[in-house]
Amino acid sequence: MKSNQDTTHFVAPIEETPLLATDAVKTDQAPLSLWADAWRKLRRRPLFIVSAVMILVILVVAFFPGLFTQTAPNDNCQLANSDGAPSAGHPFGFTFQGCDVYARVIYGTQASVMVGVFAVIGVLIIGVTLGALAGFYGGWVDSVIARLGDIFFALPLVLGALVVTQLPFFRENKSVWTVIMIIVLLAWPQMARLTRGAVIEVRNADFITAARSLGVSRIQSLIKHVLPNALAPIIVLATMELGVFIVLEATLSFLGIGLPGSIMSWGNDISAAQSSIRTNPAVLLYPAAALSITVLSFIMLGDALRDALDPKSRQR
Amino acid sequence: MIQFILRRLLQVIPVFLGTTLLVYFMVFALPGDPIRALFGDRPPSEAVIAALRQQYNLDQPFWVQYGLFLKNLFTFNLGVDFTGQPIAATLGRVFPVTVMLAIEALVIQAVFGIGFGLIAGLRKGKIFDSSVLLASLVVIAIPIFVLGFVLQLVFGVYLGWAKPTVGTDVSWSTLLLPAFALALVSFAYVLRLTRASVIENSTADYVRTATAKGLSRPRVVMAHILRNSMIPVVTYLGASLGGLMGGAIVTEGIFNVPGVGQKLYQAILRSEGPTVVAIVSVLVLVFVIANLLVDLLYAWLDPRIRYEK
Amino acid sequence: MRFARTSKALGIVAIAALALTGCGAGGGSNDGASQSAGDPSKVITAYSNEPQNPLLPANTNEVYGGRVVELLFEGLTSYDPSGQSVNALAESIESPDGQNYTIKVKSGTKFTNGEEVTAKSFVDAWNFAALSTNAQANSSFFESIEGYDAVSATKKEGETEVPAPTSQTLSGLVLKDDTTIEVKLTQPEADWPLRLGYTAFMPLPSQAIADPKAFGENPVGNGPYKMAKEGAWQHDSQIELVKNEDYAGPREAKNGGVTFKFYTDPAPAYTDIQANNLDVTDVLPTNALKTYTTDFPENHLNKPYAGNSTLNIPGYLPEFQGEAGKLRRQAISMAINRDEITKVIFSGTRIPAKDFTSPAVDGYNDNVEGSEVLKFDAAKAKEAWDKANAISPWPADKTLQLAYNTDGGNKEWIDAVANNLKNNLGIQAEGQPFAKFAEILDLRKAQTLPGFTRAGWQADYPSLYNFLGPLLKTGASANYEGYSNPEFDKLLDEGLGAKSTDDANAKFTEAQEILFQDLPNLPLWYSARQVVWSQNVTNVDSGWNGVIQYYNITAK
Repeated sequence: MKSNQDTTHFVAPIEETPLLATDAVKTDQAPLSLWADAWRKLRRRPLFIVSAVMILVILVVAFFPGLFTQTAPNDNCQLANSDGAPSAGHPFGFTFQGCDVYARVIYGTQASVMVGVFAVIGVLIIGVTLGALAGFYGGWVDSVIARLGDIFFALPLVLGALVVTQLPFFRENKSVWTVIMIIVLLAWPQMARLTRGAVIEVRNADFITAARSLGVSRIQSLIKHVLPNALAPIIVLATMELGVFIVLEATLSFLGIGLPGSIMSWGNDISAAQSSIRTNPAVLLYPAAALSITVLSFIMLGDALRDALDPKSRQR
Repeated sequence: MIQFILRRLLQVIPVFLGTTLLVYFMVFALPGDPIRALFGDRPPSEAVIAALRQQYNLDQPFWVQYGLFLKNLFTFNLGVDFTGQPIAATLGRVFPVTVMLAIEALVIQAVFGIGFGLIAGLRKGKIFDSSVLLASLVVIAIPIFVLGFVLQLVFGVYLGWAKPTVGTDVSWSTLLLPAFALALVSFAYVLRLTRASVIENSTADYVRTATAKGLSRPRVVMAHILRNSMIPVVTYLGASLGGLMGGAIVTEGIFNVPGVGQKLYQAILRSEGPTVVAIVSVLVLVFVIANLLVDLLYAWLDPRIRYEK
Repeated sequence: MRFARTSKALGIVAIAALALTGCGAGGGSNDGASQSAGDPSKVITAYSNEPQNPLLPANTNEVYGGRVVELLFEGLTSYDPSGQSVNALAESIESPDGQNYTIKVKSGTKFTNGEEVTAKSFVDAWNFAALSTNAQANSSFFESIEGYDAVSATKKEGETEVPAPTSQTLSGLVLKDDTTIEVKLTQPEADWPLRLGYTAFMPLPSQAIADPKAFGENPVGNGPYKMAKEGAWQHDSQIELVKNEDYAGPREAKNGGVTFKFYTDPAPAYTDIQANNLDVTDVLPTNALKTYTTDFPENHLNKPYAGNSTLNIPGYLPEFQGEAGKLRRQAISMAINRDEITKVIFSGTRIPAKDFTSPAVDGYNDNVEGSEVLKFDAAKAKEAWDKANAISPWPADKTLQLAYNTDGGNKEWIDAVANNLKNNLGIQAEGQPFAKFAEILDLRKAQTLPGFTRAGWQADYPSLYNFLGPLLKTGASANYEGYSNPEFDKLLDEGLGAKSTDDANAKFTEAQEILFQDLPNLPLWYSARQVVWSQNVTNVDSGWNGVIQYYNITAK
């Protein structure tokens, strides 16, 4: 900045204004890391706060269902109440089997949220890692990973699930984790392909070349510079898959290769509603609404996260 | 470029062998005796079971069965299924139907997904954006058996705009309704992927440059924002082919489409190894080629992307 | 037995049964001949699915092939709608002792290729069907005839390979002349002639035996219909049948033909009927069970037929042995509210069971001694359960599993039964789903199923014995749960050897009294057939075995 000592007639001397302080570039402080920076922006965004609160509530419901209903969901299902309308103590009415819809939705939260969240995490870990490596390194790494993905792509879901559930280990321990395993095993290639595409798009960008010429190692540039710039589609896919996996669990359970009947889930109730769609479509409404709200929370969180992480709008 | 394509096509061979081996083994490992299952609750005589087992090579160990399958394959003889039908004829029947259905669904999800996604991305946070978000939630949360059924009832029965089922009458117009139902879920993905990319690219330097240069808004949107947003969308579309071709079990059931999904599902439940492997082999070829096309599209969409050699 | 892989296909009736069970057929405008027939040359379209086997009568053991074969062929006898066996091509069937039969075949009838139907057409067809190397699904129907062991050798203890047949023909089956067949059975079986209307016993023209493979694609028969043309079976799509103008039997076609359209799922067929896109379906989607009477106020039918559903208890389960086991079986049976489940879950499309057979067969008795154990009584059930626990306690953390296959619409009622047991006995119970029917079958055969299993039976021919012998006799082919009671076996044998049908039925009823003591399985409900049809057709009815009488349907 040029000194304006000569123009003291018109404005206050620069020493007396806050301008110098404002314009100073602090070089002694380390730049904020990407994540710290994102967090700083994130915690002020209403979208993030709302979605975080919603997810928190969902988690509380999932792990402490007893706080929200006194009715044990699986006991005392009476056919006399089949498809019954809402009544005192049963605000959502009854299912085809005469169980309390509200209690089932509350108690179904845990399995559904676990399947959705952990399957997505699993898919992210495997899919993003393999996809990023394939896209970034190209060549034979890409060939091996991509072709492996093709093989898994071609595996019919039903066949894969039937075989996996037959493995002695899973046969004895049918649980949420079995379902998560099956989903991750068969769904990672999609995430890998998407990540690979996004990484290929970014890897040739100028700032990567710049980083590399500054001596940043390949793997470091992948983690620090390529991936953050490729996050948007990954977040979108992950948040959408969360919902799709919860419904997928229902399909597997319906076929007898998912959760045992005693574990409640929204998916189970959604597919059970199939027998009532001509007569009592309302039973579909509540589990589907619970699922929608969950997916919505995660989509909002994803949106907020994407905005905060977007390097193009990042402060420096 | 030619070399790149050739190399990719050569990779089909190990993928093909890997897939057939894996799938054949999985069918082999399926629980339940397929021959006994043909007879329901009333078992036939042991002699008949033994005769059938021999007929389908099921009395042989796994490696012999797989070897026989490969040998037959290279002599272009896919064998017969448990109903005595030549598998090649079955493939020739179901694949054309499924290809038509998949193309139609792909076009529908691409046109609507990209179109709506673009508008939503450009008007982030506005009413249109919120409404399509709501629509995607509905599509995710309500299973296809309900959505498909409702479409069928409304357009097929009440309004009478379309034939409710396909059956023997396979044509582009009868497949429109099932293609629409099939496209719904992927449509939500395409839409949100497009939207996210558009939002990200709208603030990019080259968009500001283009605008500053005085380019018209439509030109900026189409040539700069949209084109640069297409990579994740194209990737997804390529990857979604699998679901459209092999996984359309429910949709095909609802609309009685005589396609691959139903055939594959039946064959799995009946443990008909050769049929399952034959179908999956064709599917794998489709994926490899679709992925190759996607990779070629990358280079066209973003000139910075170059494939070595 | 003919089964629907998915058991979605259920259903039929004997008129007599209607009166017995008080379950009326739905209002339908099917008062038969009084209706003015429309265009008799019109082709009817009907729901079906791809037959699982080539269309050889003896190789057709499932419903979708069965309905086609029944229309293409005419046998020695056929069944009238009430399940009575009547002579068709048989002039007479006589036996002095229930073991040696003389069958006279009518002369002068022809296959649609012009070949005459003679006694030889039957003898050759039966020998072909019985020979194990021909791998015909229904070959076991000939097991009563002397010499069956020689044409279909079975594995002996310790043998790994099934030995080759030692004879090509049945020694007990003798062609006397062009119109006479003599049959010798290995033991007296009074109800043997009843079986002759089943498709396994149809005659074949000589070309069938010369080239069964080609014949199975384009069968040539002697029934009320024939294949429309070479290649009338368009795989995975449809089968076109047209009227056989030369047919002169009891089942003359009243329409120009039947086209069976294939559906892998019953729901779209139902929608097609709503849109008048298809004429008749006999399989309703489960979600339409409640609405079909209002969707088709005039055009529907609900008739019981010769089939039933049971919950089978494997003989090896430790908790179900001895006196405690007996009490537990009774307790569970009494804890199941059959009336409520058939009413709510099935919307009245099943009829609560009163015995181990079906009201659609001759000799049915709804008041067999001991049958009160099938009546719902929560208090008595709990009492019996507690008594059993006093003898040997029920493991505290045990969950009673009810195995079912998921491809047959069983989940709903299995869940309801599990809830009955939970609510009324205070135990843990849940469905155990299997994606594949074959899986359950394997586990049942290996005797490793950990709990109960659902089972269904559809009679091959209208006889009480067909519900008891193949399922519960010691070592019988379909006796997977390994039930064995010498007294029961003895009564069955006495029934088979009885001089008259009434004597036989009395023995079979006595045998059932033992079953009610032992409860090797729990009878749940009888099957019924629901049919809906479009505005374009009328005169729709179904037979004793649940198959629609396609030949009687007329266009409007």
